[in-house]
Amino acid sequence: MLAIILIGIVLLALVGTVVGVRRKGLRRPDSPPPTVSPPLSEVETPPSVAGETSAQPRTAPAPELDGTALVEEAPPNYKERLGRSRGLFASLRSRVGSGRVDAAALEDLEAALLGADVGVSTTDHVLEIIRTKAAAGELDDASDLLGALRTELLAILAEGPDGPIDRRLDYAASPGRVPVWLFVGVNGVGKTTTIGKLSARESGEGRTVLLAAGDTFRAAAADQLAMWAERTGAEVVRGAEGGDPSSVVFDAIQRAGARGADLVLADTAGRLHTKVNLVEELKKVRRVADREPGEVIEVLLVLDGTTGQNAVAQAREFSEAVGATGVVLTKLDGTARGGVVVAIQRELGLPVKLVGLGEGAGDLVDFDPESFVDALLEP
Amino acid sequence: MFDALSDRLDRIASKLKSRGRLSEADLEEALKEIRTALLEADVELGVVRSFLDGVRARLGGVELSKAITPGQQVIKAVHEELIRILGGESLKITYASRPPTVILLAGLQGAGKTTTAAKLARWFKAQGRNPLLVAADLQRPAAVEQLRVLGDQAGVSVFSEPTDPVKVAAAGLEEARRLGRDVMIVDTAGRLAIDSALMDEVRNVSGAVRPDYTFLVIDAMTGQDAVATASAFHEALALDGVILTKLDGDARGGAALSVKEVVGRPIAFASVGEKLDDLELFHPDRMADRILGMGDMLSLIEQAEKTMDAEVVAKSASKMLSGGFDLEDFVAQLGQIRKMGSLGGLMRMMPGMSKEMRQAADSVDDREIDRIEGIVNSMTPAERRDPSLIDGNRRRRIAAGAGRSIQDINQLLNQFRQMQKMMKQMGGGGMPGMSGKGPKGRLGMARQMMKGGADLDELKAAMGGPNPGAGLPAELTAFKSQGAAPAPRGGSKNKKKKGGRVTPPKGR
Repeated sequence: MLAIILIGIVLLALVGTVVGVRRKGLRRPDSPPPTVSPPLSEVETPPSVAGETSAQPRTAPAPELDGTALVEEAPPNYKERLGRSRGLFASLRSRVGSGRVDAAALEDLEAALLGADVGVSTTDHVLEIIRTKAAAGELDDASDLLGALRTELLAILAEGPDGPIDRRLDYAASPGRVPVWLFVGVNGVGKTTTIGKLSARESGEGRTVLLAAGDTFRAAAADQLAMWAERTGAEVVRGAEGGDPSSVVFDAIQRAGARGADLVLADTAGRLHTKVNLVEELKKVRRVADREPGEVIEVLLVLDGTTGQNAVAQAREFSEAVGATGVVLTKLDGTARGGVVVAIQRELGLPVKLVGLGEGAGDLVDFDPESFVDALLEP
Repeated sequence: MFDALSDRLDRIASKLKSRGRLSEADLEEALKEIRTALLEADVELGVVRSFLDGVRARLGGVELSKAITPGQQVIKAVHEELIRILGGESLKITYASRPPTVILLAGLQGAGKTTTAAKLARWFKAQGRNPLLVAADLQRPAAVEQLRVLGDQAGVSVFSEPTDPVKVAAAGLEEARRLGRDVMIVDTAGRLAIDSALMDEVRNVSGAVRPDYTFLVIDAMTGQDAVATASAFHEALALDGVILTKLDGDARGGAALSVKEVVGRPIAFASVGEKLDDLELFHPDRMADRILGMGDMLSLIEQAEKTMDAEVVAKSASKMLSGGFDLEDFVAQLGQIRKMGSLGGLMRMMPGMSKEMRQAADSVDDREIDRIEGIVNSMTPAERRDPSLIDGNRRRRIAAGAGRSIQDINQLLNQFRQMQKMMKQMGGGGMPGMSGKGPKGRLGMARQMMKGGADLDELKAAMGGPNPGAGLPAELTAFKSQGAAPAPRGGSKNKKKKGGRVTPPKGR
């Protein structure tokens, strides 16, 4: 033990000789003292904006201020939206009806799972189970293979370390406490957009939602969230750019308590899990949010559906740091299949609770394992 | 955590028979390990297959070297092949004869286009150019505002108007000409490659401004989908290059290899942080190391720069090498280790750390450091400066003060003495240098350490370390035997490298 520390010090010394005396100010700027921000229920338009167009409607209809109108649209169909044009399972599916399960079929199966980002470890695990079944003569055709695969994937998704997985989102805090959902994740995954969509959904179901603009680092992040607040009829609490995120979240919770809001959705700045100081900052945000009257009842890790195996590392680190309770898997309307969440559930027991299927306010659905697996197995 | 390829190959290296030529069976076994490593690094399966074919061709029937083990020979071949593919033809920015030179950025949502646009503006400005930023992402709420704020920080003006992306781009071009700007950087909205309407839109934006350079901005953590996305964008826009973002994370970045193979255009830039100056030229050799999980010394340096108090460390370092390192310095260094975060993380980034060492490092926690600090704090300043003063009586006192046993004190003092000896030896070998070609150069530092490598082994054995006799992985002792360390040039990170670089423009 001591040996390792000593070796570490020596390594550090070596590194230090190169680092030199030069100081690179590479930390984030020290947060200015937190300003208590008056809560806003409308967008504060910064003067320098030369006018942004209202978003061109894409796949979702133009957002309206009345939250209820947004969710009266039929929620996006999982199958329709999930990108399938990569033909991952085409090769295996073409073997259906051949009445044979051979090494080539198993190779196709492996390639397809890997292509879906399931990862080497979980793919090997699943293949082993299927190989055993095949060897026992239980599988006669590629269609049986697919069936067995489906069963196995669903089995993984159904079980957690403490029994069956519960994917329900928690809405109820202890009596007298304000329920808080904290959104965490690396840069660019879709935290702010997800909060916007949830704001639409929850408002549509009659809940008063308050948004906390806890991303005080990214340029115009609070503006972005404020626009969602306006669209969805929610209140937003924001602070000074470069300010302390914990104090913004705290202010938001106070405000929510005063107003009797049902739910606080707290945004945070994207941060790579490898950045120790930023992870420490996030831990502090969680601690502050968990102080009376707030209670953090969901910590949702937002993962980009196009991410590869690094998602496992992200899940592990964020879980360890702030105790993630669930995953929001975004951008599943593209060609990526998001298979890495199977590995994440298998290795960490962390369940996906929500899936993002586009940039529109209605493009959010509850995670349904069967729909997910069916879409994953599509050609 | 993924095993480094070197660990994997270590395991099968003993099985590889080192006589004559590499047998087909041996080669296949090695390639299998490499396949797993590449897949875990998110290299796309098809790309892995063709890559391995390339390695197979390189190594098939090749005479085995006497100096290195077959495993190492395979790694070398893989490493070289990776660098070859990732590097190759470099992207030279040649400026348009009729300004402005137009740069178009495209990619999926969240890849980092807007931030990259601002970073590029800053980069061009540093090259003496006068860029204009055009905010053509009218889809994402506050995207224009974001670019304005960043442009402000970079000291570059931003043009936008609330019309539509194609009109904005065209108007931006006119504006750039009117203002006499020589570079124009167009940020576009993130879009799915399978969204035909939006792909048409970006094609039209491209048509409106006829970019001199179109870059695909792609996240280094992208998985198997990278190929599909890159091909689609390439087909739509005829990419000139790729910019890889978020390389400051620990994603292995196999997407880089996939995209390079499929698009065939250079990876021009690497984004390595959230600040505006965190954009650098792409280094194929660093990327090759990273994909193979071989540790990235330079990232280690950079992370250290960011978190350590450089002055404290540098002062201690010079004292270490001159033999003047005392327990005061030691405790100061412990503080630095704490700041850097996990010791495991530090170890992970050092090449040549065996799995056992890394695992041991991972299990070190802050309490260990507390305990050591407790012991040193119970010493008088004189004792810290000169531990040889510490006789039996003093040891008893220190043990009592720190709440530890005399054995603990003895152990610390013995090992500290060993460490001092070793450091002095290394100091005698000259200042470790950073430059040099390829992995050897980067490992030059590790090799410098390994020159006292025998001592490191002795040290571990003497300490009854986690695995007495485990020693260092074969690779490093082999590198040692391959020749003298390259002449160290103190602290320089500038490497004259061929391939995979954007050459700064000559003045026009």
